[in-house]
Amino acid sequence: MLDFPRWKVISLWLLTLVCALAAVPTVVSMANLRWPAGLPEPKVNLGLDLAGGSHILLEADPAQVRRQKIDTMEESVRGKLKAMAQPVRISDISNNNGTLTFLVDDPGKIDAVREAVEPLTTGAGMTGKRDWTISVVDGNRFVLTPSAEGIALAVTQAMDSAVEVVRKRIDALGTKEPTIIRSGPSRIVVQVPGLQDPQALKNLLKQTAKLEFKLVDMAAPPSDVAQGIAPPGDEIVPFADAKGGAGAAKLAVRRLGGIRGDQLTNAQLSNNPQTNAATVTITFNSEGGEKFARLTSANVGKPFAIILDGKVLSSPVINEPILGGSAVISGNFTVESAGQLAISLRSGALPVDLKVVEERTVGPDLGADSIRRGMIAMGVGTVALALFILVTYGRFGGYACAALVINVFMILGLMGLIGTTLTLPGIAGFVLTIGAAVDANVLIFERIREERHRGRRVVAAVEMGYKEATRAIFDANITNIIAATLMFAFGSGPVKGFAVVLIIGILTSVFTAVVMTRMWVSQWLRAARPADITL
Amino acid sequence: MKLLKLVPDHTNIHFLKWRVPFYLGSLLLMAASLGLVMTRGLNLGVDFIGGQMIRVTFERSAEAPVEALRAEVTRLGYGEPGIQRFGKPNEVSIRMKLPPGADHDPALADKMARTITSAVKAAHSDARIDGVDSVSGKVSKELGWDALWALGSAALFVAGYIWLRFEWQFGIGALLSLVHDVTLTLGMFALTQLEFDLNIVAALLTLIGYSLNDTIVVYDRIRENLKKYRKMPMPELLDLSVNETLARTIVTSLSMLITLIALLILGPPVIFGFTAAITLGIFVGTYSSIYMAAPILIWLKVSSKSFVPGEATGDAAAARRN
Repeated sequence: MLDFPRWKVISLWLLTLVCALAAVPTVVSMANLRWPAGLPEPKVNLGLDLAGGSHILLEADPAQVRRQKIDTMEESVRGKLKAMAQPVRISDISNNNGTLTFLVDDPGKIDAVREAVEPLTTGAGMTGKRDWTISVVDGNRFVLTPSAEGIALAVTQAMDSAVEVVRKRIDALGTKEPTIIRSGPSRIVVQVPGLQDPQALKNLLKQTAKLEFKLVDMAAPPSDVAQGIAPPGDEIVPFADAKGGAGAAKLAVRRLGGIRGDQLTNAQLSNNPQTNAATVTITFNSEGGEKFARLTSANVGKPFAIILDGKVLSSPVINEPILGGSAVISGNFTVESAGQLAISLRSGALPVDLKVVEERTVGPDLGADSIRRGMIAMGVGTVALALFILVTYGRFGGYACAALVINVFMILGLMGLIGTTLTLPGIAGFVLTIGAAVDANVLIFERIREERHRGRRVVAAVEMGYKEATRAIFDANITNIIAATLMFAFGSGPVKGFAVVLIIGILTSVFTAVVMTRMWVSQWLRAARPADITL
Repeated sequence: MKLLKLVPDHTNIHFLKWRVPFYLGSLLLMAASLGLVMTRGLNLGVDFIGGQMIRVTFERSAEAPVEALRAEVTRLGYGEPGIQRFGKPNEVSIRMKLPPGADHDPALADKMARTITSAVKAAHSDARIDGVDSVSGKVSKELGWDALWALGSAALFVAGYIWLRFEWQFGIGALLSLVHDVTLTLGMFALTQLEFDLNIVAALLTLIGYSLNDTIVVYDRIRENLKKYRKMPMPELLDLSVNETLARTIVTSLSMLITLIALLILGPPVIFGFTAAITLGIFVGTYSSIYMAAPILIWLKVSSKSFVPGEATGDAAAARRN
């Protein structure tokens, strides 16, 4: 055991040195010094609870994705059947109850319809299932039901693009280093360090920015509209500036046949030269521009509704075809809300509505205070602990203390290398790890003491001490790792940060307390050949 | 140089002599803790019951004006706030239930937070808003279940590991001492009404890990001595093992306590509850590894035969034959 070959000594020190070097950027930044630009900086990031900032958990409603999927299917089916060489007449179309059903008037055309509709379904990802099941009941009623796999795929796709939209919108705010990640099937976590007032951010995120242009149904009886009863093929949409209650302004619009405002190249804050009111000017791309030109050309003299997120902004009459590919949206805007709408439209509509289900904001002073106090506690705790170990184990205690110092640097270095985040409980984890790290040394030293009392010679006692204690050290640390791993698996942000510190600390403390001290002890024993040891 | 020796050499305290009264005492304490948790309840934070928590520091006041705050916030019509001090006397947290309907329309929760913070800032020029936590009912339920899952599976996993490494009796002993430690800590939270939030769950998980440290060290020695002293009666052998590891137990527990107490007194007030939980855990964990984990081995009939190769799996049957 006393035999430590040179290569082993060198590689141990090299490993220690690399980890310790990796800790330098972190130490420098914590001491509020500047790190030279250009050098690599594997730095430990501060969590939101230390740096201040906002954590927002957004959730989408899968039922909404399902409804959208059915709506899209309805439009596809109608278009497809109309475009057939011999158009098929269908009636009694209903998309309630989570399915799409319709009657084929001519029972002889059932097979032709099935042939036309089947290509509209696709495979649901890698599941091997189709995203729709098609069945015919009562002879001529088609029932199209989205499959669970199809819905799951649609939700995943919607969430993936929602993440992109959220990222674009946050970038437009100019905040630094936001973290935007999917969490579970229908959630997105947004973390923005240093953001003090998340209000602007939340306003941006809660706006779906689904812009639609739909034709107003002038034939709808006003009394029905006021009661919210939609004539067939229509939907009732409230005005954005209506105050609610009975008699609130509503509008009946044709459900299908409008166009969506998602084919844009630009959206800008503008203002109406006559009234000086804030407006948003949108520019369509060529495809969107053509659609818009067609819609306006075919409906000159009729009113249409500009609908944002299910609310009517305005319903101007189309005086002449709009062929230029751009349009001005007016509503009850302030300069601020018009600016936000422009950002939202530029970054695209969210494919689903997002709801804030959890929000945590931490001010910067609290975090700074926590770091300062955490550092003081750590310093005092470490010094007191080192003194205690020194008076208890003498020279051996000195080795344990040296191991402790290396341990601190190794933890910081490793955390920086894997890019973990230091959170408030993480600081506690750090302090706790320091207390626990000496346990391995205590176990070893006490065992050496015992072996000396049993009359073993110095070298044999040291050898036995390390050998016999290692078993218990191993078992004890495995159980700690189990607990910390579960903490990591189930915990949220700050708790995860704590678990990471704990796991890294357990690994490095076993290394420094067992391997490093053994090297020093054996080097000393070989050099000094003491007849007795004070322990 | 004379070194400090907290535990003299050849210490021989008859710990196990008092095992029955101590066991009964521990069971009583556990029952009392459970009773406290049932009757008084835990002071659950917004993490677990949902709602809103606003942290405010009054920068130029020695003490936070709690009663004035209560009146000001109540006047806003969102209901009675729960106001608590934490950390320094000029730091408080204001806790509110989310307004009805907030689960469907998060803008309502948002509006409440803004109304309260602006009212507080208007009434107190030195009020500094340190943080706003807003957790919906749905998320808080999930966080609660996650916490229970984590605690339950951690306890079972580590007990299972000890069963694998030792024998089933040791696994049961470890599980029992874990339940003991966690229950007493919960009892302390019910008694002191310190806020129980997500961080405390992390503390309980840590406690599970570290309280087992002690148990494992004692068990490891018991196993070693069982092989060494075949004829020694169990109580005597357990006493010997506990005494042999006593110096290590004391020194390690003291080391942990030194750092924890530094953290408790000087550390950030936001994690006071967290540190307090682990500190108490170190105390009860040390106690339970001696008085919960060891005596049960006598009652579960562990003997030196448990570790004789070849009979190791049939130890229960062997114990019955004797």
